[in-house]
Amino acid sequence: MRKLIKTVVAAGLFLGLGASSASAAEGIAVPKQSWSFDGVFGTFDRASLQRGLQVYKEVCASCHGAKLLYYRNIQDMGYTPEQARAFAANYEVTGGPNDQGEMFQRAALPSDHFVSPFPNEQAARAANGGAYPPDLSLMAKARPNGPDYIYALMTGYGEPSAHILEEYEKTHGAPFELADGQHFNAYFAGYKIGMPQPIYEDGVTFADGTKATIAQQAHDVATFLMWAAEPKLENRKSTGIGVILFLVVFTGLALALKRRTWAAVH
Amino acid sequence: MAGHGPAPEFKNPAVRWVDSRLPIFTFMVKEYGTFPMPKNLNYWWNFGAIAMIMLVVMIATGIILAMQYTPHVSHAFSSVERIMRDVNGGWLIRYIHMNGASMFFIAVYIHILRGLWFGSYKEPRELLWILGVVIFVLMMATAFMGYVLPWGQMSFWGATVITNLFSAFPIIGEPIVTWLWGGFAVDNPTLNRFFALHFLLPFVIFGVVILHVLALHITGSNNPDGIDVKGPQDTVPFHPYFTYKDMVGLGAFLIVYSIFVFYAPNFMGHPDNYIEANPLSTPAHIVPEWYFLPFYAILRAFTDDWWVMKLFLGWFMEAKLAGVLAMFGSLILLALLPWLDTSKVRSCKYRPVYKWFTVIFVLNFLVLGYVGQMPAEEPYVTVSQMATLYYFIHLLVITPLVGWFETPRPLPASIHAATLKGSAPVGAGAAAKMEKP
Repeated sequence: MRKLIKTVVAAGLFLGLGASSASAAEGIAVPKQSWSFDGVFGTFDRASLQRGLQVYKEVCASCHGAKLLYYRNIQDMGYTPEQARAFAANYEVTGGPNDQGEMFQRAALPSDHFVSPFPNEQAARAANGGAYPPDLSLMAKARPNGPDYIYALMTGYGEPSAHILEEYEKTHGAPFELADGQHFNAYFAGYKIGMPQPIYEDGVTFADGTKATIAQQAHDVATFLMWAAEPKLENRKSTGIGVILFLVVFTGLALALKRRTWAAVH
Repeated sequence: MAGHGPAPEFKNPAVRWVDSRLPIFTFMVKEYGTFPMPKNLNYWWNFGAIAMIMLVVMIATGIILAMQYTPHVSHAFSSVERIMRDVNGGWLIRYIHMNGASMFFIAVYIHILRGLWFGSYKEPRELLWILGVVIFVLMMATAFMGYVLPWGQMSFWGATVITNLFSAFPIIGEPIVTWLWGGFAVDNPTLNRFFALHFLLPFVIFGVVILHVLALHITGSNNPDGIDVKGPQDTVPFHPYFTYKDMVGLGAFLIVYSIFVFYAPNFMGHPDNYIEANPLSTPAHIVPEWYFLPFYAILRAFTDDWWVMKLFLGWFMEAKLAGVLAMFGSLILLALLPWLDTSKVRSCKYRPVYKWFTVIFVLNFLVLGYVGQMPAEEPYVTVSQMATLYYFIHLLVITPLVGWFETPRPLPASIHAATLKGSAPVGAGAAAKMEKP
């Protein structure tokens, strides 16, 4: 058994190392942040989620959708059904047909999906200089190290460092230059991103009085997007504790039973 | 097989009534109750049972998922997300299924490795081994089509790359690809047929597994010493000895499985598959699932400027075709292993030379897996070419030659003698003789 475990662990390490070096090769390494949802007992910090929703609503949502979310889902982040209803009512959706066969505009209900800012990809591109702001519903799972990457991207604007300029020129054989509508971001592949810096110091005024630094907003919106991508995370982690405890007891009992049964043979 | 004993007597009249008309109870007692198992089996022998359980887990969760999934290019991605968000317990079922594919392959790879190391493929278990390779190939086909169903970017582009392989065949290649796709690109008809086949193939696998187990119960299990069972003193009944031992291994395996499902559910997946399929945007690197990587590396190793192509193959086939043939060939050779290995000694325990070549072969396979996920640039291309070459040299040259030239260590006289503590293989013969009834 010990030999077997050793072999399996060795193989696992080998494959794990391979996997980690592969993801490092794909983009720029992003610094690891500390998140409320990290670890075995991780949960979403409700206050951070609510602030993150506010950043999403006031900043991101002018270009990005989150179409997989329903307005009712925000009850999971500590809002009451009435608050979810009021939040939904800020948006308009097309309803109908009515008994005259006509479509009409109505206030969104908790049972409606989050309304996307553009009706289709072409409209989104037309309004954004040809760049397509992707839907954010799954963004925290659709990039390696999702939440860390989002945080890094939000805080990665500014001027390129001398080191980056030098490295860029070495790999591309040409100096780093931004075209019209491009912005520097230290964590975006190729360092050139279509999205202008979205978050500024005090760009939003948090309802709970938290100081809206860039880091705070980035952290909150990344927490919100992780929740959007993986809304059942808390349920998953708490279920896992019970399942694994059960399996440890089960395996222990099985081992005792096996040892007793085999005692006469060995 | 020896040791089955007389037909069991059942006390319960209902059981007796059924059994005298359809002997399912007798069958279960004979095959899973009193069935004689070598008593020296170690924990490596758990993985056959574990793989069997994984197949059942995959079918059970798969059927539930199929009830909620919509096989249409416009709805597949969002129907999977609906399972994750709105279906009661859907996230759990889907993560069990998604990680279950990886865990199934882990169990099967360990099961194959055990067969390689202890020579389980040798006479009289050749057919058993070939059925195993058939199961492995069917699993790969099933897993590949299953990965397409969520209709993410890797689903779509993986399907495009792999189905395009068939275009490497001259003349018939292009029509085959069009036929596979049901059109001129991977599209809705492709998704539909992949869903139908992904639903069907696990039951085909189940059928072959039954044949695999039937064949196993004719020859009986191999064992770490690779010697034949000589009598009842070498065996213990399947129940309770191996039902309990399998339970331990299964429990440990399920703990690892649960750690993935509950704490790292997307670790073995690719982030790009959470982006909906877009035929107009190719991902930077198209990487198959980890369990295909060694074979993917063999496929990609064949480039026009490789000396193997220039010297031997280039003048009658393209590199792409050579890669496809090599990939399929690597699996076919595995099935031919019983005849490629010329040694009469089964277990690597008694094969001082071949043992190390097997270790190198396994490490080489891991290297293939590693380079399979790396971009097609140096040094990975050269490494994958050398590792590919070694894969074939091991099976076609080293394995037959070592079998001829190697002097194996002396085998123990019997399984019973081998399990006696402190018995050296040489002296064990005498000890076993004394103990024979």
